[in-house]
Amino acid sequence: MPKRLDILVCSGAACISNDSTTIKNRLQAVLKEHNLEDEVAIVETGCMGPCELGPVMLVYPDGVFYIRVKESDVEEIVKEHIIRGRPVKRLQWTTPEARRIVEEKKQIPFFEKQLKIVLSNCGKIDPENIEEYIAVGGYEALAKVLTEMTPEQVIEEMINSGLRGRGGAGFPTGLKWKVTRESPGDEKFVVCNGDEGDPGAFMDRAILEGDPHSVIEGMAIAAYAIGAKQGYVYVRAEYPLAIKRLEKAIQQARKYGLLGNNIFETSFSFDIEIRIGAGAFVCGEETALIASIEGKRGQPRPKPPFPAQKGLWGKPTLINNVETFANVRHIILNGSKWFASIGTETSKGTKVFALSGKVNNTGLVEVPMGITIKELVFDIGGGIPDNKKFKAVQIGGPSGGCVPADYADTPIDYESLRKLGTIMGSGGVIVLDEDTCMVNLAKFFLDFTVEESCGQCVPCRIGLKHLYDILDRITKGRGKMEDIETLEKLGEEIKRTSLCGLGQSAPNPVLSTLRYFREEYIEHIKDKKCRAGVCQFEEAKEEEVSLEEKLKGIV
Amino acid sequence: MKLEDLRKIREKAEKELKLREGKARVKIVVGMGTSGIAAGAREVLKAFIDEIEKRNLQDVIVTQSGEKGLSSHEPVAEVWEEGKPIVVYGNLTPEIARRIVAEHIVNGNPVTEYVIEVKEA
Repeated sequence: MPKRLDILVCSGAACISNDSTTIKNRLQAVLKEHNLEDEVAIVETGCMGPCELGPVMLVYPDGVFYIRVKESDVEEIVKEHIIRGRPVKRLQWTTPEARRIVEEKKQIPFFEKQLKIVLSNCGKIDPENIEEYIAVGGYEALAKVLTEMTPEQVIEEMINSGLRGRGGAGFPTGLKWKVTRESPGDEKFVVCNGDEGDPGAFMDRAILEGDPHSVIEGMAIAAYAIGAKQGYVYVRAEYPLAIKRLEKAIQQARKYGLLGNNIFETSFSFDIEIRIGAGAFVCGEETALIASIEGKRGQPRPKPPFPAQKGLWGKPTLINNVETFANVRHIILNGSKWFASIGTETSKGTKVFALSGKVNNTGLVEVPMGITIKELVFDIGGGIPDNKKFKAVQIGGPSGGCVPADYADTPIDYESLRKLGTIMGSGGVIVLDEDTCMVNLAKFFLDFTVEESCGQCVPCRIGLKHLYDILDRITKGRGKMEDIETLEKLGEEIKRTSLCGLGQSAPNPVLSTLRYFREEYIEHIKDKKCRAGVCQFEEAKEEEVSLEEKLKGIV
Repeated sequence: MKLEDLRKIREKAEKELKLREGKARVKIVVGMGTSGIAAGAREVLKAFIDEIEKRNLQDVIVTQSGEKGLSSHEPVAEVWEEGKPIVVYGNLTPEIARRIVAEHIVNGNPVTEYVIEVKEA
């Protein structure tokens, strides 16, 4: 059985001449006195090096290094260190290296280049303890709006901040609040969209798990601003921990009187319920999400009327994404001017991205809007592993497009990305290296959207399947040159005619790879070559026999 | 809840968060988001607690948080000590967690090879 501790006593010539043998014997005796000989092993080693500090002794696994140990110190070492776990400081040798690292405040670029607003509490406070949230200023923004501001002032502050929806489309948040407030109706609702469905995206999950109260507080402020009493958080069932933490947070907020009737002794009352979604991608679309909360099949409907006019149960409803709500308290506490000072002309504040793919540091990052793709991939992401070449980034998941390495200096904001044929999306960033086949990548995302299409409208249900089939053919070496034109025409048509955001954006991966990597498509079709070595081409088949030919002998 | 109540809770909780009042000398915060747990944060948390109990360190508390973001280095944990910068560890295993208790918490020597960030408290 391994021992709990190993005490390494140096038995190099220098230490022995300094009487280390006596120390070892004494140690044995004292350990025996305290019945520790089964727990602690004494190991005699060769010379450890720092002979001028001898006799030396090393305790593992602690890594405590004792120097100039005398026989009379042994008793103390055993009693204090071995039994109580408190090393004898006066005999201890601390390496200068260990001290230096803390003193120099080691920073790796992964954290250095980030600006944490939404994620400021994630990884810092205990999400299951409301008091830790209150300790960092939690619910003060809610207190401020309820006691010092009118709903109109709150909305004005949100408009002035320039915050735009973090779910993907980037609609101005303040304006959405204003429209919902002004919509006639005796009852209104606030809904939080936590149906994060992009493959590889997990911003919302991290916020709900790491700082659930910030979402609750943001929703309560929104409810006050638009005049709602009830809120719903729609989370997918694949996020059990997020659901558990949010549920706990809601219960604690109720217990502390931060949800419920007459919050902060005002006339404002508000409560929140969780609705668990089954994980259909289309339910991230707001009208489909509303249908799902109502207990109907999760299918989108044409807009207008917008949810702000006719939403949940036909009442005016404000739907914002998790990250959007998490921004609210910071804007209220620090002011719209502060928020508007971060980011670019049209895109304010920060954005959380889920960095994945062929990049050294994968994970969640929060950066000011306007940071370049290069900074994101190389400074924060730490570059591409195995010295491979950076090829492109896919931003916005299956609804987004890819941005090739040549455009790496592009600042990340809503407009710049749109110009390049992609979208901000919810914040999934997949880094691609030279081993990625762009045709196959487009096929991968199409496979996803074909599966997730709700099937309600023809362009999306049938069009996407055709796109997929053509891509599949090309990746198997059976493509024709006219396929390229068909892909483009069909893609544009699907975008133009689909009912909801799913179909309207699903062709983006195909169209953007065609735009920037057309030569790869041509290579696949003409040369039956996949430069990334991903696609397996089938052997050229015998000329296809027509149906008439086959039937000739039979009929 | 009244406004004053919130202020009072904040004052009290702020102190606890910052470990004043001599309640705890050290706080270990383990990132327990989905990525962390998938990477083994639960075992790491258990190892911290176990090692602290084994050594009967009464002035050390272990708590949890959501994820810090650096998924490729999960499990991640922070060591908060009064008056010192926060040391963030990554790529933890139960064994390294035990070493951190022994070398860093007890002896004041951070296990440098696993430190991914040091920041102001």
